[in-house]
Amino acid sequence: MQTAAAPEPSNYLNVAHTVKSWLLTRDHKRIAILYLLGITFFFAVGGLFALGIRLELLTPAGDLFESETYNKLFTMHGVAMVFFFLLPSIPATLGNFLVPMMIGAKDLAFPRINLLSWYVYMIGGLFTLAAALLGGVDTGWTFYTPYSTAASNTHVVLTGVGVFISGFSSILTGLNFIVTIHTMRAPGMTWDRLPLFIWSHYAASIIMILGTPVVAIAVLLVALERLFHIGIFDPNLGGDPVLYQHLFWYYSHPAVYVMVLPGMGVISELVAAFARKAVFGYKFVAYSSLGIAVIGFFVWGHHMYVSSQSIYAGLLFSILTYTVAIPSAIKVFNWTATLYKGSISFESPMIYVFGFIGLFLVGGLTGLYLGAMGLDVHVHDTYFIVAHFHYVMVGATIMAYMGGLHYWWPKITGRMYSEGWAKFAALTIFVGFNLTFFPQFILGYLGMPRRYHMYPPEFQVLNVLSTAGATVLGVGYAVPLIYFTWSFFRGARAPANPWGATGLEWQTPSPPPLENFTTPPVVTQPAYAYAEENAVA
Amino acid sequence: MVEHTQHVAPVRLYVVVFLALLVLTFLTVGVTYVDMGEYNLFVALGIAIFKASLVILYFMHARWSPRLVQIVMLTSLLFIGILASFSFADYLTRGLLGVPGR
Amino acid sequence: MHSPDAISHARLQHHFDTLEQQQQASTLGMWLFLATELLFFGGMFLAYTLYRAWYPDAWVAASHHLDVFWGAFNTVALILSSFTMAMAVHAAQTGSRQGQIVFLVLTMALGTVFLGVKAMEYADKFDHHLVPGPGFLFDDPRYARAAQIFFSVYFAMTGVHALHMVIGLGLLLWLLAGARRGTFTAEYNTPVEMVGLYWHFVDIIWIFLFPLLYLVGHH
Repeated sequence: MQTAAAPEPSNYLNVAHTVKSWLLTRDHKRIAILYLLGITFFFAVGGLFALGIRLELLTPAGDLFESETYNKLFTMHGVAMVFFFLLPSIPATLGNFLVPMMIGAKDLAFPRINLLSWYVYMIGGLFTLAAALLGGVDTGWTFYTPYSTAASNTHVVLTGVGVFISGFSSILTGLNFIVTIHTMRAPGMTWDRLPLFIWSHYAASIIMILGTPVVAIAVLLVALERLFHIGIFDPNLGGDPVLYQHLFWYYSHPAVYVMVLPGMGVISELVAAFARKAVFGYKFVAYSSLGIAVIGFFVWGHHMYVSSQSIYAGLLFSILTYTVAIPSAIKVFNWTATLYKGSISFESPMIYVFGFIGLFLVGGLTGLYLGAMGLDVHVHDTYFIVAHFHYVMVGATIMAYMGGLHYWWPKITGRMYSEGWAKFAALTIFVGFNLTFFPQFILGYLGMPRRYHMYPPEFQVLNVLSTAGATVLGVGYAVPLIYFTWSFFRGARAPANPWGATGLEWQTPSPPPLENFTTPPVVTQPAYAYAEENAVA
Repeated sequence: MVEHTQHVAPVRLYVVVFLALLVLTFLTVGVTYVDMGEYNLFVALGIAIFKASLVILYFMHARWSPRLVQIVMLTSLLFIGILASFSFADYLTRGLLGVPGR
Repeated sequence: MHSPDAISHARLQHHFDTLEQQQQASTLGMWLFLATELLFFGGMFLAYTLYRAWYPDAWVAASHHLDVFWGAFNTVALILSSFTMAMAVHAAQTGSRQGQIVFLVLTMALGTVFLGVKAMEYADKFDHHLVPGPGFLFDDPRYARAAQIFFSVYFAMTGVHALHMVIGLGLLLWLLAGARRGTFTAEYNTPVEMVGLYWHFVDIIWIFLFPLLYLVGHH
């Protein structure tokens, strides 16, 4: 089974080559690749808007763009990156590919709904793209009322419709994962044997299902208010704009965990594989995923300390915010404990793991500052916030996404990539990211507000550093695009299990056959049975 | 393997549930015209919850559904509760400080 | 992993082992979907609760502009349609093709009646300038602004509910086509059951909307 066959054996990639076989596929592995392409595209779109922002901020004067244009740039950067890159990034690509494989299933429970979710995602993306091309939207990615309903004269409705539609894709993906994990595990794959990647996707799916509809109704009501003058958030009628913020953040805070929980799942897999040890405290790491998902729903008001939210509610949300630190810290401590006395090897995915832990730590700890209501009032709407949430939801998520992509790339494509270039890219991204966003902590602490296209001259040095970092970051993202593309067509053939890792996905050929396994797998041991393997060796 | 789980309820049961729903609808309209002060709202909601429970338990077969499905139902209600109670943690404590906007 | 004598059926999809597994997956999936639907409506129920608590008098005044008769009429139409839907599922479970067709048609007819009445009520609101926006006119100036919020909530909630009804009618039409072809049998009737769950859910939303919107402070 592991021997390299002379002609290429049949796999999910070479069974058919027509465009139709891709666009109408119901194979979760092919849909994962469709998502990969879509997500890469929207990442590039969001990156272009970021380029505009960083170029404008090179100089204190607002000389490159009008303030209105700048407002549109950061709005569309946020919308593209949050809704069309970060939220679907890991679940829709790696999750789609790996959830069925890791539990020993032939596919997700609802293959047609899986394909539908990709189309829904792309249609939502096209609406948003159309809004951008027709002149953009300037409300900020949060669409706060009453600005979004009464003042802005940009394409709020079109963008909102795009976001609304893409929400369905998220819901359908989460629904598919939960049903698959419940009903389609292979014999012997009990809950306490599930890879932690599965646990974290399960937890993220809970948020997708219970949170997404609430932001959907909030955005829909904004659109209705613009189109038909219904006035649910209208202060002129006695309505409460803060109600919109409650509805929005009820989802959009947990949404951060939709981004980072799957990333944590990736990190758990990688730490075990490259330390050649079982993850320390499996049950704690597994349950902490559920803990983060649930507690995530109790803290949304910490985005609203400076709105007219009651100060007592602010206190409550502030206290609860600290409790999120507990399951998050459990994970970081347990990964660190896993590394202890492990046989660590520093292949490129592992470099991303260290990058993840570092960035998540900085992002998480600054989150504690911001959770404190008294401090938040001072740094609210400054670059401190911008730096914080980029560290957590962008830095951490992208590190995990890239790490996971490098780790499973041989499985997905059946090809290897250049390890040297991969290491170079990983380090470049880490350096570039910190150079971009660390100065922003200082800028924010010094009082530079977000969402302005000009600033006092004394902030220029830090802004130039940040723009320089963004350039390095851009290079860091471009390099993998090149060597991955090259690898896909020309890379050396990958063996079934290049990392010597445990897990069902490594026990099938690379790339996997159509229904994932040539013989239906039966699970007889817990996840990460590296110790036993070493004992045998 | 799991046994065939589908439960076929007798038609008679459906008829009884329907008649109960019909009676409750007339009841809820009727009690609206009786002055019970604030309790009118709670009676109306109580009847609505009872009607909804009948539909869920019998028409939607929740009574015979797997435990997991029942957990999904209760979880969604719980999360509605979180949305409402934490939003009202704000609304009910606004203005306690006597400072406008706080 | 399962012997070839495991139940095989033309409707068994390739990635499931048995029809039972497939049916369990569908049921769980549908209930998860209904959970998202509940949270979706939940946002509007929250808005309703907030503004009713803030503007109780305006709520009473505005609610009196809704016609209790037609609200009750529609409630009866919907619970009757829920009953016929349950009967359609029953017919599928017992393998009665004729029963499925009859009850699906009845359900669709009742759904259409509901939407017809709703359209008539909407038209009436337009005639009486009770649609939120610049043309909104309310007889009692004390409550004019908050009443506009009431009607905003009214149109948002009943509008989204009506949209769900329209989608439901589309699904029923699809079922009807399948039922006529004899697709659904005692062994395989998951689609009928799933659409049934959806239809009942939409009914439940209305069971709450009716007292909350139509029956405010008539004593």
